[in-house]
Amino acid sequence: MTTTTAAPESSVPAAIAGLSRPAKVMVTKIGLDGHDRGSRLVASFLRDAGMEVIYTGPWQEVATVVNQASQEDVDCIGVSSLATDHLLVPKLMDALHAAGMDDVVVIVGGIVPDKDERMLLERGVAQVFHPGCSRTDIVEGIADHIVERRRKLGEV
Amino acid sequence: MSNDRKNTQMSQDFEAARDRWRDGYDKQLPNEKVRRNRSGIEVKPLYTPEDWSGDAYLPDLGFPCDTPFTRGIYPTMHRGRSWTQRQLIGLATPEDYNARMRRIVDSGATALSMIPCNSVYRGYDIDEVDIEIVGTCGTTINTVEDMETCLAGVPIGDMSIALNDPSPFTLLAFLLATAKRRNVSWDRISGTSNQSDYISHYVANHMFFRLALEGSRRVFIDHVEFANERLPMWNPVSVVGQHMQQSGATPAEAMAFTLASAIQYAEDCQRRGLDVDQFLPRFTFFFDISISFFEEIAKFRAGRRIWARLAKERLGAKDPRCWRFKFHAQTSGVDLTRQQPLNNIARTTAQAIAGILGGLQSMHTDAYDEVLSTPTEAAAKIAIQTQNILREEAGLTDVIDPLGGSYYVEALTDQMEEKIMAAFDEIEAHGGMFEAVRKGLVQEKLGDSSMDFQRQVESGERTIVGVNRYQDDDDAIPVRPLERPDPAAMQAQLAKLAKFKADRSNADVDKALDALARACGTEGDNVFARLVSAAEAGATHGEMCACLRRELGFGQPLIAA
Repeated sequence: MTTTTAAPESSVPAAIAGLSRPAKVMVTKIGLDGHDRGSRLVASFLRDAGMEVIYTGPWQEVATVVNQASQEDVDCIGVSSLATDHLLVPKLMDALHAAGMDDVVVIVGGIVPDKDERMLLERGVAQVFHPGCSRTDIVEGIADHIVERRRKLGEV
Repeated sequence: MSNDRKNTQMSQDFEAARDRWRDGYDKQLPNEKVRRNRSGIEVKPLYTPEDWSGDAYLPDLGFPCDTPFTRGIYPTMHRGRSWTQRQLIGLATPEDYNARMRRIVDSGATALSMIPCNSVYRGYDIDEVDIEIVGTCGTTINTVEDMETCLAGVPIGDMSIALNDPSPFTLLAFLLATAKRRNVSWDRISGTSNQSDYISHYVANHMFFRLALEGSRRVFIDHVEFANERLPMWNPVSVVGQHMQQSGATPAEAMAFTLASAIQYAEDCQRRGLDVDQFLPRFTFFFDISISFFEEIAKFRAGRRIWARLAKERLGAKDPRCWRFKFHAQTSGVDLTRQQPLNNIARTTAQAIAGILGGLQSMHTDAYDEVLSTPTEAAAKIAIQTQNILREEAGLTDVIDPLGGSYYVEALTDQMEEKIMAAFDEIEAHGGMFEAVRKGLVQEKLGDSSMDFQRQVESGERTIVGVNRYQDDDDAIPVRPLERPDPAAMQAQLAKLAKFKADRSNADVDKALDALARACGTEGDNVFARLVSAAEAGATHGEMCACLRRELGFGQPLIAA
C-alpha cells in the first residue's frame, strides 16, 4: 500500500480546492484479476489533482477494503475492474452499509457492461467510468461527488 | 567520363534534387512539429538511400532462414506454411469448453488453446473464492477430471495444445495425467506452456500464482528440464512481451524486456547444466501488435535479428533452430475503444496486417467487443474471418518480407534495434532481468511509459478516433454482451468438485502432496515431476498451489503508483 499526496496547484479542480481537509480516495481492485494499468493511472491522476490517494494494489478482500477505508477515513473508494470483478461490488456496498459507512462515495471504473452498470447504480454506486473517459471527466466527477459528501457532512 | 566523375555528378544531382524537394516541403509545412512513434523515434517525412543504402544487404538482411534472420526464420515463410490461427478460448465449465472445442475440432482445427478462470490463475479452486466471479473469463479447471471433460472426444495426440498455464503448470500436469489415462504417449503431446514467463506476470499483469520470485524460478527451471527429458514435442517456454506492452511498455521496451527475460531463462537453464542446443529450440515468444503499423513491423524484424545474435554469440547455441525467433502475436486490446465499437474491426485488421508483414508464426485477432465484455461467439467469428480474408484475399502471403528494402522500414528497423539494445543493456547493467525486476526498475518504466502515452492522448497529440476526435454523440452500442455462466451450472461445478474430493483416495493425495513439499526443499528433486504425480493421484489445483506457496514462499508484487 502506498499513501501519497502531491499537487501542482494549478491542476486542482476548483470544487475541492476550498475543502478544509484534503479529499481522500482509496483506489483498489477487489477479487481475482491483477491487470492494474488503469488503476495505477487513475491513482496518479487523482494525486496530481491534489487528492490524497491510498493505492492498495490488486486482489483485495471486501472486508479489508472496508476496514482500511474506515481507518483512513476516506471520502471515496474507487474500484477498478477489467474482468467481471465488479460483480463483487454489491458485497462491498453491503459491507459498507453494515459498517455504517453509507456516506462513503463508491466509484467503479473499467469494463462494465451496461446492464451491470444499471445494477451497480441501483445498489448505490455513485458513478461508473468506462474506457475512453478523459482524465478531466474522472477527476472532476470524483471531486464533485466528494464535495457533495462533505456538504452532507456539514463541512462545506 | 571516369567512374569517379560519374559518381560525383550523381551525388551532386541527388543533393540538388533532395534540396529542391526539401524546400518545397518546408514551404508548405513551415512549422511542422516533430513526429515520433510510440518508442520515441523521430519519424521523418521521407526516407532515401541516405537513410538506408542496401550496400550491406547480406549483413543487414540476408536471406530468409539465414543470418541475420531479418527477413524471416523459415525459407518459405507464409507461402510454405501460413500462420496458425490460435484464438484464445476460455468458457465457464469444462462442459461448455468441450462443446465449443468440439465444434472447432470438427471444422478442421488442429490447434487449440485453453484459458483458465481467473481463480485458477490466482492458484485457487472454485470452492475457495466468491462464486459469482467464477468462470466469467475462463474455464474452471481444478482437477484431472475437469481436464478430461474439457478434452472429451478431442484427439489430444494429434493436436497442438496451447495452455495458458502460469507457474506451477498444473494444467500441463492435468493434461499429462489425462494422456496417461487414455494411453496416449507423452511423446505425442505437443503444444506450449503459454504463460511460463513468470517475470512478466510479476511485473506486468500480476496474473500469477503469487509464488515468490525465487520459487517461481525453481519451478520454471524444473519444468523446462522435465520437458527436455520427457516431452519431446512440448514447448515449455513462451516469453511474453505482450504483457509488458499491454501494461504500458513502448514497443521497443517490450521487445527489450522480452529478450532480457529470455536470456535470463536460458542462462538459468544453462547454470542448471541443461544443454542450450536441446532446450533453446523450444523457446517461443508472444507479442502484442499495436496499431503503430510500421513501428510494429520494424520491432519484429529487429527482434529476429537481435535474438539470432544473442542465441549464437551470447548463449553459444550451435543448432540453427535455436537462432529462430518463433513468435505468436495478438492484436492489442489497449488500442480498442468502447466508443463506436465496430470501429475496432478496422483497428484489428490494421494490427493484424502489421503482424503478418512482421513475419509472425501464429496469431490471435481480438474480437471487436472485448472492450465491452468477454467476447461473444459472433464477434469471435469476425476476428477469425479477418485473418482468413487477409490470408486468402489480400495477397499478404505471396511475398516473403515484402517491405524489406524499403528505405523507411530498413532505417526504422535499424533504429528500433538501437533503441531495443539500449533498454536491454540497461537491464543487463542492473544484473539481468531477474534483478532488475526485484529492484522494481522495470515496473517503474512501465508506469512511466503508460503515463506518457496517456498524456499524449489527453493532450490530443495522439488521436484516438471516437475518443478524442471524430466523436459521435450517438455511439450507442449495437452489441449485446455475452451472457454470464448460469449460476446453477457453477453450483453444479462446485458439487462436482466436492464429489471428486469425496471419491478419491485421500491417503494417495496426502502422500503425493507430501512428496511435492519435500521436493521443494531438495536439490535435484524435480518439483514439476512431483506435481504431475500429485495430479495423477487426485490432488486439486488449489491444493498443489497452496503446498507450493507454503514451501516456496508467497510473492506479493511490487506496486508502484
